Amino acid sequence: MSAVPATQAPAPKPKSYLENGHTVASWLLTGDHKRIAILYLISVSIFFLVGGIAAGMIRTELLLPKGVFLENDSYNKVFTLHGIVMIFFFLIPAIPAVLGNFLIPLMVGARDLAFPRLNLLSWYVYMAAGTLGVIVILLGGVDTGWTFYTPYSSLYSNSQVGLTIAAAFLAGFSSIFTGINFIATIHKMRAPGLTWFRLPLFVWAHYATSVIIILGTPVIAITLLLVGVERVFRIGIFSPELGGDPILFQHLFWFYSHPAVYIMILPAMGVISELISAFSRRPVFGYHFVAFSSLAIAGLGFLVWGHHMFVSGQSMYQGVVFSLISFLVAVPSAIKVFNWTATIYKGTVKLDTPMIYALGFIGLFLIGGLTGLYLSSMATDIHLHDTYFVVAHFHYVMVGGTIMGYLGGIHFWWPKMFGRMYPDNWGKLSAVIVFIGFNLTFMPQFVVGYLGMPRRYHYYYLQPEFQPYHIMSTLGSSVLGVGYFMPVLYLLWSLKYGKKVGDNPWGASGLEWETSSPPPTTNFLEMPIVTKEVYTYDAEKAEEEFEHRQELIEEVTG
Amino acid sequence: MWRLKFAPDQASTFAEQYDWLFWATTALTIFFTIVVGLLVIFFALRFREGKKVDRSNAHDHHLMLELTWSIIPLIMGLGIFGWASYLFVETRQPPKNALDIYVIGKQWMWHAQHSNGVRENNMLHLPSGTPVRLTMISQDVIHSFFIPAFRMKQDVIPGRYTQMWFTPTKPGVYNLFCTEYCGTQHSEMGGYVVVMEPSEYQEWLANGGDNVPVKPMTMVQKGEKIFKDKACFKCHGDQDIHEGPSLVGIYNQRRVMKDNSVRLADDEYLRQAMYDPYAHILKGYENTMPSYKPKSTDDLEGGLSEEDVLNVIEYIKSLRSSPTAPAPAIPPLATGVPPTEVPN
Ligand code: HEM
Ligand SMILES: [Cu+2]
Ligand SMILES: [Cu+2]
Repeated sequence: MSAVPATQAPAPKPKSYLENGHTVASWLLTGDHKRIAILYLISVSIFFLVGGIAAGMIRTELLLPKGVFLENDSYNKVFTLHGIVMIFFFLIPAIPAVLGNFLIPLMVGARDLAFPRLNLLSWYVYMAAGTLGVIVILLGGVDTGWTFYTPYSSLYSNSQVGLTIAAAFLAGFSSIFTGINFIATIHKMRAPGLTWFRLPLFVWAHYATSVIIILGTPVIAITLLLVGVERVFRIGIFSPELGGDPILFQHLFWFYSHPAVYIMILPAMGVISELISAFSRRPVFGYHFVAFSSLAIAGLGFLVWGHHMFVSGQSMYQGVVFSLISFLVAVPSAIKVFNWTATIYKGTVKLDTPMIYALGFIGLFLIGGLTGLYLSSMATDIHLHDTYFVVAHFHYVMVGGTIMGYLGGIHFWWPKMFGRMYPDNWGKLSAVIVFIGFNLTFMPQFVVGYLGMPRRYHYYYLQPEFQPYHIMSTLGSSVLGVGYFMPVLYLLWSLKYGKKVGDNPWGASGLEWETSSPPPTTNFLEMPIVTKEVYTYDAEKAEEEFEHRQELIEEVTG
Repeated sequence: MWRLKFAPDQASTFAEQYDWLFWATTALTIFFTIVVGLLVIFFALRFREGKKVDRSNAHDHHLMLELTWSIIPLIMGLGIFGWASYLFVETRQPPKNALDIYVIGKQWMWHAQHSNGVRENNMLHLPSGTPVRLTMISQDVIHSFFIPAFRMKQDVIPGRYTQMWFTPTKPGVYNLFCTEYCGTQHSEMGGYVVVMEPSEYQEWLANGGDNVPVKPMTMVQKGEKIFKDKACFKCHGDQDIHEGPSLVGIYNQRRVMKDNSVRLADDEYLRQAMYDPYAHILKGYENTMPSYKPKSTDDLEGGLSEEDVLNVIEYIKSLRSSPTAPAPAIPPLATGVPPTEVPN
C-alpha cells in the first residue's frame, strides 16, 4: 500500500503523539487512541503482574502435598484472584485495547477511532473495575473461582462476591465500548481505496472479536447481575433452595465464556498473521480463508458452550450436539495454522524477535487446540473434566497462544509506538526462555490431570504420586517468570537508550508503517489513498536485496 | 527417588474402553504436532534470508490445498466424535440389573448408603464384576463424584438426582475425589473406593459395614418407618381414595396428570412429589398434599431430609415387587429387632 498525497501542500514534520503535551492531564484527558493505548498498556501490565504474583503463590503452595504457607480459604482466594485478574483484566483487554487501539485507526488510514471519548471512557470504566477489584482484595478477597458457579456464589460463599460481580460487570462494559468503536471505525472510516479485502488480517480478527464482544458480554453482565439479585434479595433464580436452577447459571455463563475464549485468541491470531507475513516476506497464504475463518469461529463459537457441561447433568442429547459443533469449530482454527505454515514456504524468512514469538505461538497453539479435542469428545471429557488436564489445555491456548501473540505484537510494533528499538538478542532470548519455561510448566499438568488430579485443589496428601509433576511445573513456572520479566526490563531500557529507528524498520507493508514512527497525533499528514493490494511482499526481491546488501557490507569490511 | 506414574489405575470396564480412545487421540495429537511443528521449523530454516533456494512460483492461495486440509481433519474429527459419543451414550444407560447405591454430597463429605441400610462416609465399598448404579444428590452446593480408576465422573447437584454407573473390574483401593469446587475444604472432600470380591462384599454388607456395632435398618425399613411417623398412610393406602392415590406399584409407571400429560414415576418424580407436590398433580386430585421440604438442611422442622426422601423412595419401590406386599395403610414394622440408628 502506498500513501499518495491528496493535497500537494508540503507539511513540516509534525510533533509525534508522544510530544504533543507532557502534562498528566494531557494523558488522562486525551482522546488520542494512541495515548489511550499506552494507558491501557501500563494498566494491563500492572494487572498481569498482580495475576502473575497470584500464580507464583499457587505454584509455590503446590510444591508440597500439604501446602507450604496458605490456609484453605486463602488458597481458594488466591486462585480466584488469579483467574479473574488474568481473564477479565489482562487477557480480554490485552491485545484489543493495547495493540488494536493503537493500530486499527493507523491500519485503516483513519485519524482516530470513530468515538474517541467513548474510547477514553472505556479506559476509565476499566480502571474503575480494576479499583473495585483492588477493594475486593483489601476487604478479604473472593473465593468462588472465576466461574462463579451457583449456588455456591449466590448463597454459600462468605466472601466479597457482590463487589467482584460489580467489577466484572464494569470490565465487561469497557470491552463493549471498545468493540463498538472498532466496528464503527472499520465500517465507516477506511481510507479511500481500502476495500474489505485489502484490510490486514489483524483488522479482520478484531472485527470478528468485536462482534463476539458486543453479542456475548451483555449476557454475562445480566447473568452476574442475577447472581447478585439472588444473593442480596434471596429471589430464587439459580438456587434450588429458593426454587431456582443451578444448571441454568452454567448455560448462561458459558454462553458468554466460551465465546470469550475466542475474544482472547482471535486478536492473537490476527497478530500472528501480520508477523508471519512480514517476516517471511510473503502475503498471507489463503488470505480469504484466514479472514473468513475468523468470522466462522465467531459464529460457531456461540453454539458450543455446552461442551463445558458434559457431566453437569445436562441432557445426553444436548451433549451430543454440543460435541459435534465443537469438532466443527476446530476446523477454522486448523485452517489458520495450515495457512501460516504455507505462508513461510518459499518465503525469505528473518528470524527476528517477533518471528520467534510467532513460531512459538504456532507450536503452543497446536498443542492447545489439539488437546481441545480430548475435551470436546464426550467420553474422554468425563474423566478429564475439572482436572489439571483442562488447566493445561487452556493455559496452552490462553498463555501459550494469547500471550505469545501479545508479546510478539508488542515487539513488532514497539518501534512504531516509540520510535526506538530494543536489543534484538535480548528479545530472542526472552522468546526462547518463555517457550521452554512454558512447556516445562504446563506439559506435566497434562499427565497429572490424566492421573486424576482435580483442579482447584489445595492439598493432595493422599496422592503423593502427583508430587513430581507439581515440582516440575513449579520449576518451569520460575523459568517462565524470568522469560516474562526480561522484556519489561529491556523494553523500558529501550525507551531511553534504545537505538532510534526510521519509520519502517522492518520494511513491513501495512498502512500503519507509512506514517512516521512514532506517528503524529493526527496519524497521517495527508489523507492516504490506497491503490495496492494487502501484503505487497515479494520474497524473491527481498532475497535479492539482502544479497545485495551483504555484498555491500563485504566490500566495505573486506 | 520417585516412581513416576504415567497412567491411572484401570479398574472398570469403561476404563478399558476409555483408554483405547484416549491413546488413539493422543497418537493423533502427537502426529499432527510433530508434522506441523517440523514443517514450520524446516520451512523457517530452509527459506531463511540468505539461503540460495528456489523461491519462484510461490502460490498465494490454492483452493484444493485449502479443501484438503479442511476436510481431512474434519473427517478425522468426526471419527473421534462418533467413537466418543458411542461410548458416552453407553455411560448414560445403566443396565436393568445394576446394584443401586445412594450417595449424598455435602460440604465437605460424601455419604453413601447401601440398600440394606449400611452407611459409610468418604468411602464406597463395591463388589467387582457387578454393574453398579449410583443415584446422587447434594444437600448444598454442586459437587462432583470422581473415581479416576473408573474414568468416571458426574456432577452431584442440589435439587435433583443425577446418576452414574460402572462395572468395577479389579479388587483394590482407589481414589475418590470431589471435582466441582465447593468451598473451603473442597480439596479434602474425598476418600477411597474399595472394590472387593462379590462374596467379600456380601459379607461386608451383612456385617453392617465397617465398625458398625448393630445391624442397621434396611433402606426400605427406614422408609417404612418414616411413612408411618409422618402418617403418609392416612392419604396413601392400598387403594386410591379421595384423599390420595395409592402408591403400590407406581414406581416406574406412567402417571396421568391433571392436564392430561403423562409422566414417568421415577426417582426424580417421587422426590418432587414430596418436596414440591404441586409441580405435578394427578388427574382427579387437588392441591391437598403438604410439602415435606425442610426449611433448611440444618432445620428439618416437619420436613424430610434428602436421605429420608431416598429411604421413602426405596420403600415405595418395594411396594411394587410382590402383590402381597404389606398394605401401607397399617404399616407394621417388618423386623422384630428394635432398630437402633447408627450415628454418623
Ligand atoms: C480447537 C480449539 C478448542 C477446542 C476444541 C476446545 C475445547 C474445549 C473444551 C471441550 C473445554 C471444556 C473442558 C472441560 O471443562 O471439561 C475447554 C475448556 C477451556 N478452553 Fe478450550 N478449546 C479450544 C480452544 C480454546 C481456546 C482458543 C481457548 C482460549 C484462548 C480456550 C480456553 C479454554 C478455557 C479457558 C477452558 C476452561 C474453562 C474453565 O473450566 O475454567 N480453548 N476447551
Ligand atoms: Cu469452550
Ligand atoms: Cu468439591
